[in-house]
Amino acid sequence: MSDMTHEPASFAFTAEYQAKADAFIAKYPAGRQQSAVMPLLDLAQRQDGWVSRAAMEVIAGLLDMAPIRVEEVATFYTMYNRKPVGKFHVQVCTNLPCMLRGSDDVVAAAKAALGVEFGDMTTDGLFTLSEVECLGACVNAPMMQINDDYYEDLDADSTKAVLEAFKRGETPKPGPQNGRQFSCPAGGPTSLTELTFQTEKA
Amino acid sequence: MLRDQDRIFTNLYGLHDWRLAGARARGDWNGTKEILAKGRDWIIDEMKNSGLRGRGGAGFPTGVKWSFMPKTEGVRPHYLVINADEGEPGTCKDREMMRFDPHKLIEGALIASFAIGAHVAYIYIRGEFVREAEHLNIAIDEARAAGLLGKNACGSGWDCEVYVHRGAGAYICGEESALIESLEGKKGQPRLKPPFPAGVGLYGCPTTVNNVESIAVAPTILRRGAAWFAGLGKPNNTGTKVFCISGHVNKPCNVEEEMGIPLKDLIEKHAGGVRGGWDNLLAIIPGGSSVPMLNKQQCEEVTMDFDALRALRSGLGTAAVIVMDKSTDLVRGIARLSKFYWHESCGQCTPCREGTGWMARMMARMTTGDAELSEIDLLEEISRQIEGHTICALGDAAAWPVQGLIRTFRPELERRIKERQAKTRAA
Amino acid sequence: MPKLTIDGREIEVEAGTTIIQAADQLGIEIPRFCYHERLAIAGNCRMCLVEVEKMPKPVASCAQPVGEGMVVKTNTPVVRKARQGVMEFLLLNHPLDCPICDQGGECDLQDQAMAYGADKGRCQEGKRAVPDKDYGPLVQTMMTRCIQCTRCVRFISEIAGTPVLGGLGRGEHMEISRYVGAVVSSELSGNLIDLCPVGALTNKPASYTYRSWELKKTESVDTMDALGASIRVDTRGNEVIRVLPRVNEDVNEEWLSDRSRFAVDGLKRQRLDRPYVRKDGKLVAVTWTEAFAAIADKLKGLAGSKIAAIAGDQADAEAMVAYKDLLTALGSTNLDCRQDGAALDPAVRASYLFNSTAAGIENADALLLIGTNPRKESPVLNARIRKRWQKGGFKVARIGHKSDLTYKYEDLGDQASVLKDIAEGKHPFFEVLKNAARPALVIGQGALSRDDGAVLLGLARKLADAAGLVKDGWNGFNVLHTAAARVGGLDLGFVPGQGGKDVAGILAGAAKGDIEVVFLLGADEVEMAALGKAFVVYQGSHGDAGAHRADVVLPGAAYTEKSATYVNLEGRAQQTRLAVFPPGEAKEDWRIVRALSDVLGKPLPYDSLKSVRERLVKASPVFAAIDAVTPAAWGAAFGTEGALSDQALVSNIDNFYMTDPISRASKTMAECTAAFGGGCNHKHKKTGTHG
Repeated sequence: MSDMTHEPASFAFTAEYQAKADAFIAKYPAGRQQSAVMPLLDLAQRQDGWVSRAAMEVIAGLLDMAPIRVEEVATFYTMYNRKPVGKFHVQVCTNLPCMLRGSDDVVAAAKAALGVEFGDMTTDGLFTLSEVECLGACVNAPMMQINDDYYEDLDADSTKAVLEAFKRGETPKPGPQNGRQFSCPAGGPTSLTELTFQTEKA
Repeated sequence: MLRDQDRIFTNLYGLHDWRLAGARARGDWNGTKEILAKGRDWIIDEMKNSGLRGRGGAGFPTGVKWSFMPKTEGVRPHYLVINADEGEPGTCKDREMMRFDPHKLIEGALIASFAIGAHVAYIYIRGEFVREAEHLNIAIDEARAAGLLGKNACGSGWDCEVYVHRGAGAYICGEESALIESLEGKKGQPRLKPPFPAGVGLYGCPTTVNNVESIAVAPTILRRGAAWFAGLGKPNNTGTKVFCISGHVNKPCNVEEEMGIPLKDLIEKHAGGVRGGWDNLLAIIPGGSSVPMLNKQQCEEVTMDFDALRALRSGLGTAAVIVMDKSTDLVRGIARLSKFYWHESCGQCTPCREGTGWMARMMARMTTGDAELSEIDLLEEISRQIEGHTICALGDAAAWPVQGLIRTFRPELERRIKERQAKTRAA
Repeated sequence: MPKLTIDGREIEVEAGTTIIQAADQLGIEIPRFCYHERLAIAGNCRMCLVEVEKMPKPVASCAQPVGEGMVVKTNTPVVRKARQGVMEFLLLNHPLDCPICDQGGECDLQDQAMAYGADKGRCQEGKRAVPDKDYGPLVQTMMTRCIQCTRCVRFISEIAGTPVLGGLGRGEHMEISRYVGAVVSSELSGNLIDLCPVGALTNKPASYTYRSWELKKTESVDTMDALGASIRVDTRGNEVIRVLPRVNEDVNEEWLSDRSRFAVDGLKRQRLDRPYVRKDGKLVAVTWTEAFAAIADKLKGLAGSKIAAIAGDQADAEAMVAYKDLLTALGSTNLDCRQDGAALDPAVRASYLFNSTAAGIENADALLLIGTNPRKESPVLNARIRKRWQKGGFKVARIGHKSDLTYKYEDLGDQASVLKDIAEGKHPFFEVLKNAARPALVIGQGALSRDDGAVLLGLARKLADAAGLVKDGWNGFNVLHTAAARVGGLDLGFVPGQGGKDVAGILAGAAKGDIEVVFLLGADEVEMAALGKAFVVYQGSHGDAGAHRADVVLPGAAYTEKSATYVNLEGRAQQTRLAVFPPGEAKEDWRIVRALSDVLGKPLPYDSLKSVRERLVKASPVFAAIDAVTPAAWGAAFGTEGALSDQALVSNIDNFYMTDPISRASKTMAECTAAFGGGCNHKHKKTGTHG
């Protein structure tokens, strides 16, 4: 599926990640450790930035699976990167709800800001830009995911601003970029205004 | 309009504390032990009487689903699996429930587990919801520490563990048997049915799979009574529902409303109306990308419930309302959905694997009119060759938007083709 | 027993039967690509859709269990339309290269396209091209032709137990692929070719050499191992093009090992196609008359005790009985069919049979493997053991070299003393066997051909008695042979007669000069150097070790070139059929002996195949019951008592791909050896094999 040039010869979980892997395996019944293949692939990716063949083999060994079964999983799900990606993986949703709210502008702004096309990594290795299917934040469209966070209610300017901030080494605040309160209607709620709760924290 | 005191998701907008203290202040975990003490049969009956229909899209009565599980646990343990693989374009309700009201889901998980005889519940959350999974894990830890989960949960005598399992980018895992496969550590390819999960589910054991919202509303229903929930909405379409209103509205939002609210009301009261006014409306997809769209005329009167939308050959689905105004390139929009289903086809069965790509490619050409007029009928026929012939419903979901487009906007497809042909001739 | 109606015909079937199975029983054909009765149900091709009353959508008949009163229709407009749709989708990305595809003429997709395909495609889009994969020297891939039915993935995982294939990627981009770090090193990989319903996986060695409709098909029996799988020999002119398995539920189901299938190019190489006589140290081509005269010269006046005969691993029963009769006529009792010196006891038939039978091993619930690697010694039989293991409730332990058998087993180490401990009830596995309803053991030639082989055989017998391996309706004592000839040879008594010498005795005698003439009937695995100055007559098909040592070479026929009888390891007499003629002047083996007997003035009393077979039946009634297992009584004790060697127990097969003159002559098997490596015993070096 992939060329072998970037494949490392070996892989090992760090002690910290191995402990996490063990904790994941413990979530599933005895003999059903294969269930942990997805969390372990995710851990491997978090450790290395992508899932190498060597990592798949280590995981296969840990879970008593045939390596091909691990590779099937690693190539079926789109979140596993089978080749290295940039430090920041920028994934722009272009599905219908985002398209209706201007994802074309977001795509153009992202491509311009990063100087790459979909599927490419910037030469400095900082960013990989990908097109992604619906990420489930449709009332905050258009949006993009950068690593683990969603950046929502984007337009060309805010897209550029977010990406420029990352370039400067900052981490912009995730969520709506237009000042909205999450999925509440802009300008304030039309419901849930009459309730108060006793021990409300500030 | 639904009164605030009848709303279940009181922290839908994340205005309040989502953690245990805040959740308790909003009534979660109140009297859970007493609910459990009333026993499985009472819980299932109450759920049946509430009229709650599954909130994941299919609308199957939740209480009835629970009642399908074997009454007693045999050699094979029972499992509850909560479908949090929210990925239907237009849908973003479970996400808000999980990050701002996680305790509702976890309390629901305990009650549902108890009701179906399960000691373990897995929440299968889509992999991209990293932060939401973090909230769930924190909430689970809080609940365990407070004795609400784990051994003798809530002092009920029932042991119950809840685990979060993250997906990794596959829409198809929202299909319950694909989700189970995925949870077992395999590719998310739907299983053949029969057998159904209640008989042979996770690890070959009796399993109930429910949507996040179905589980999260259960504790409130049981606290306030089936009659309260059944008193909201319309007959056979009871209760409240979180609607996601996206697209060409002035104020896209999520909002919890009564089932059966008129679509127009929903948009005008909560989403600030259609961009450019109601008359600027072109079409609405009322229940997520898999249901056929409605034209403006249909949108005028229709109410947002399973039966009314079904009567219009559409569906409530996940209640994800995608609004499109007259500026919309509808052909491109549907072509985008076709591309989505092509991308998300698991590849297991022939009609979907081969057909979704063919449809998507034809739809892409339809967008620019780069097609023959006869291909409109071909496109329709291909969609019929997929529909009803696949292992799971993804094939149908891919077919329906295309069929809806041809049914409702055929002249637009013809116009583009003719225009392009004329241009080609002129050149 | 639910009753249902299919196309108006009523049938009652067992509960759990699927619609397609019920239709098959009625002879109603439902097209299918992914469904295969021996594999897990996938339900993915959607070709088998049928209409069922009261069901809203067409259902996949392969996956739908029948229900009482179900009304099924397999040939309605809805069904036809659905299948036409599926066919159109399957052909969408399938290349139209049937004219150059080896599957052409025997292709399920091609056949069904005749019924459900359109005359031209409606798709304007480009076709998908899928890169081919490297499955090694046996299986050619043309992955663009693949229809993703996943039969290969299921076979290699479920039946072969070597999960190296999978569907990588998703949706339209899903590709069947091999794990890059692995090789398709299953000994059963050729079955992938049979299972593939299209031309995605084809016979690599035979690529582009035939069109299926040109081939003459001859039903026969495999002799490349002791299982005796049912095969079909496909020939064109006088050339064997390929060998395929035939369905035989009792023996091989429908599988065939890679050696049995792919060593056939060895039938065309290094053949002995004329007689030779050694003159001045060199083998010189001669006529039959000259060859026989040379033998007659040597035998003239020679005492019978100075003559001996050894039968090899693929010797047929007719030839063996003829040699036996000839040697008897010459006054010799120096005969042996155990060229490896295995301590097999001809006196007690149950001591050398696989008594549980191949199919019967599926009923065992505990199994002890002793000095055997069934995966290498009989891959198809091993698949049966795996099949049993997959059902669960089956404890397997092994004394011998540790290796992957495709199922889990308890490794008891490689020391023979462990068998003694178990037999004496001092080892926990004794209790496992004792408490099992149908316990079994399998002892291999690796154990029996050791110096302490007779002691091991005795211990196995002792264990069988002590742990209750033989009880009403069940005999779990199993000897796993690797030679097709062996059981037949023992049954007809190709063993030392009164005062006669066995293999070791013959070799020792030859070295000392006590034995002056040795007949080798396809015996290539004896230590040729040990034959000393003896005059060696080699009769066989290939220029292997025996022919190189021989003073006279008599060219015989290979198993595809004669109608001959073999008794398989279960004790089942089976017959090969002549598919092609022996090359050059080579002859059917028993006829050579018959002709020689005339020259020697001791004419054998049979002139036809019929009469030699009557002679066989006189030797043993086993030969009267063709295709049936003749079971053996448990009978008297066998084996001996004595000291055990501390040598590790290993299999007698070191390189699965090269075990006999045919496979050693095969280029394909040489390629497999290079690709997959031999050496299941790793560093252990066997003597006498030429792999």
